[in-house]
Amino acid sequence: MKIGTVLRACVAVTAALGISLSAQAQDKKTSIKIGFVTFLSGPAAGPFGVPAKVAAEAIVESLNAGKAPPPYQSKGIGGLPIELVIIDEAGGATKQVSEYRTLVQRQDVDVVIGYIGSGDCLAVAPVAEELKKLTVLLDCGTPRIFEDASYKYVFRTRPHATMDAVAATMYLLDNRPAVKRVSGINQNYAYGQDSWNDFEATIKTMKPAVEIISSQMPKFGAGQYGAEISALISSTPDVIHSSLWGGDLEAFMLQAQPRDLFKSAQLVLVAGEPYLHRLPGKIPDGTIVGARGTNGVFAQDSPFKRWLVEVYKAKAGLEPNYPAYSTAQSFLGLKAAYEKAMRDKIGSAIPMGAAKNVKEEMEKAYSPPNQEEIIAAFEKLTFDSPSGKVKMALGKGHQAVMGTAYGTTRFENGVVKVGNIKYYEAERVTPPEGVTSLDWIKSGFKRPN
Amino acid sequence: MSQLLAVVIDGIVYASWLFIIAVGLTLIYGVMKILNIAHGSLYALGAFTAVSFCTAWFAHGYAAAGSFAMLAAAAIVVGLVFGPLIERGLLRFMYGKDEVVLVLVTYALFLILEDVIKLVWGVDPLLVQGPNGETPYSILGNFEASGLSYPYYNLVLVGVAVATGAALTWVLTRTRSGKLLIAVIHDREMSAAMGIDVGRTYFVTFTAGAMLAAVGGALTAPTVSVVTGMGAEVIVMAFAVVVIGGLGSLPGAALGAFIVGMVRAASIHYKPELELFSVYLVMAVVLIVRPKGLFSGAEVRKI
Repeated sequence: MKIGTVLRACVAVTAALGISLSAQAQDKKTSIKIGFVTFLSGPAAGPFGVPAKVAAEAIVESLNAGKAPPPYQSKGIGGLPIELVIIDEAGGATKQVSEYRTLVQRQDVDVVIGYIGSGDCLAVAPVAEELKKLTVLLDCGTPRIFEDASYKYVFRTRPHATMDAVAATMYLLDNRPAVKRVSGINQNYAYGQDSWNDFEATIKTMKPAVEIISSQMPKFGAGQYGAEISALISSTPDVIHSSLWGGDLEAFMLQAQPRDLFKSAQLVLVAGEPYLHRLPGKIPDGTIVGARGTNGVFAQDSPFKRWLVEVYKAKAGLEPNYPAYSTAQSFLGLKAAYEKAMRDKIGSAIPMGAAKNVKEEMEKAYSPPNQEEIIAAFEKLTFDSPSGKVKMALGKGHQAVMGTAYGTTRFENGVVKVGNIKYYEAERVTPPEGVTSLDWIKSGFKRPN
Repeated sequence: MSQLLAVVIDGIVYASWLFIIAVGLTLIYGVMKILNIAHGSLYALGAFTAVSFCTAWFAHGYAAAGSFAMLAAAAIVVGLVFGPLIERGLLRFMYGKDEVVLVLVTYALFLILEDVIKLVWGVDPLLVQGPNGETPYSILGNFEASGLSYPYYNLVLVGVAVATGAALTWVLTRTRSGKLLIAVIHDREMSAAMGIDVGRTYFVTFTAGAMLAAVGGALTAPTVSVVTGMGAEVIVMAFAVVVIGGLGSLPGAALGAFIVGMVRAASIHYKPELELFSVYLVMAVVLIVRPKGLFSGAEVRKI
């Protein structure tokens, strides 16, 4: 009996040891945990935040199932499944900084992808640097992120907003060279101010004879635009520039359209593309619209676009809008960088037979890349996305550049169609490395040869 | 000259809108000494309910003109459901507590109601719109003034504002219940001792205030896209108006709304970059000269 008990105890101890050993072996890495931050409430949720979240979920599902088109066909990221932790971006920059710390320090995510608001991006970037956590900015536009600072851990896989204004002006002058009087209505916060300043500077540089008549800057979320519309009508502009979006854009269009503001004035909606299906009959024919890049209706056919449209439609029942394209870019960029880091490691491993510690060296080469290695692979990376080729060309290889496009609307059979689409290459609409956007515009779009 | 006329029209329209929103806030404060932050939520509830009612109306294919009845119905329903619910279910347990405590209670209520709205209506922006894009805002047509066209809907706003102000003034000064109300405002305990049903007075006042907030929301709904968080935007402007006029003062709310509307319209027409600044500048100047607002003469004679 006694021997039996001892034996049993031995077996139990061995079994326990075995379990703990195998648990240790599995501990190395079983998934990639991504913190995803987007607006789930507030005015930016409907048009931007929720489409980005739906896109993230659809993309992650498809990537984890290994169903994305090549070269993205491997499961998850580098064979490891992606695990999403989704956080609401609402509440302002201060709240986002503390939420970011929670994500990194308590939830222990491997990467953070997120932020639509420029203010949130500007606030979170330095904290990412402080906590040394790889962070991919999702959809914010302000060029100041990499123009005013330099980051090692922060990347942005979508182009910045300067090209929106520059390409809008080029499109306008191409199609309407006789334009003389220009007014604007933009929200009184970072993005609205930047959009207008870039547009004003561009049009004054390209066509100094243009007169800027009236620049309305209503409060974000103002809701009532009666007086602004009167002032715009009285200023008798040829063209009205607007970067309004979301509820503000819809309220402005609802109030302006019955008052015949657009009978004589042509409208330029820098970020108008996602609203075309929401406001049929309210967007006047001949409105110039953009999608902040070659997204949505401006995206050219490719296996990547077809893939995004398919997985997004299966989840949301709608065509993906530009925040969904930005989301695809961020996940595919991260995946491309991670897998390039894997290949780089294996490629630079000591050739078999030449080294003493072959086993250790090979294990090292095939282990998942660490953060430093992913960052090295991410810098200056070029990868394919549903909106075209993305080049991480600015901000020392941390800021993407892409071409963009604009088109003109017409109302046909109950839907708004976009025609006369013109594409602008990245080099024509984006400043070169080391020059801030406003300086570049004022220099007359000079490029070093 | 024509621009001056445009400023006056724009100013009056905006002032009317502000007055409709602010008057319920000042009424509740005047009688109950509650600074009701949840006023913004009641405004938003009015707007969301209006969207639902109008959408159902259009879905049945009824005449677009009837959507005005739906706006009114939305305001009445929200007022009659949420007013009594909040007053009987929550606020009556708080009477007699410090004003600061009540601000916190209504702020908590505001946060709860914002989430209720999200749960019920979701986060997508909603539009009051018929099958062919017609809205109560556009179906009335436009009128011309100083070379600009304005929708007649703006006159509806002005009409509702004037009618509300006149009706409240009449009730407060010409009717028996108005006199009882003023007695309650003067001295709650003494009124109760004299046999006035203070609880009932509070109940009616809060319900009326809630309904006024919902009227503001329902009338705003056709002109905007109805989104979560719209209540927070509005409560700030409403506070600015009632603080300029003097908290709890009916003529104060009217004058405050008029001043803010005019200043805002003038700055938009002549100096657009000063729009936001101008409103708060007026507020600061008024508070420096009269720290309790323009109409805050005798402490007891509010409303």
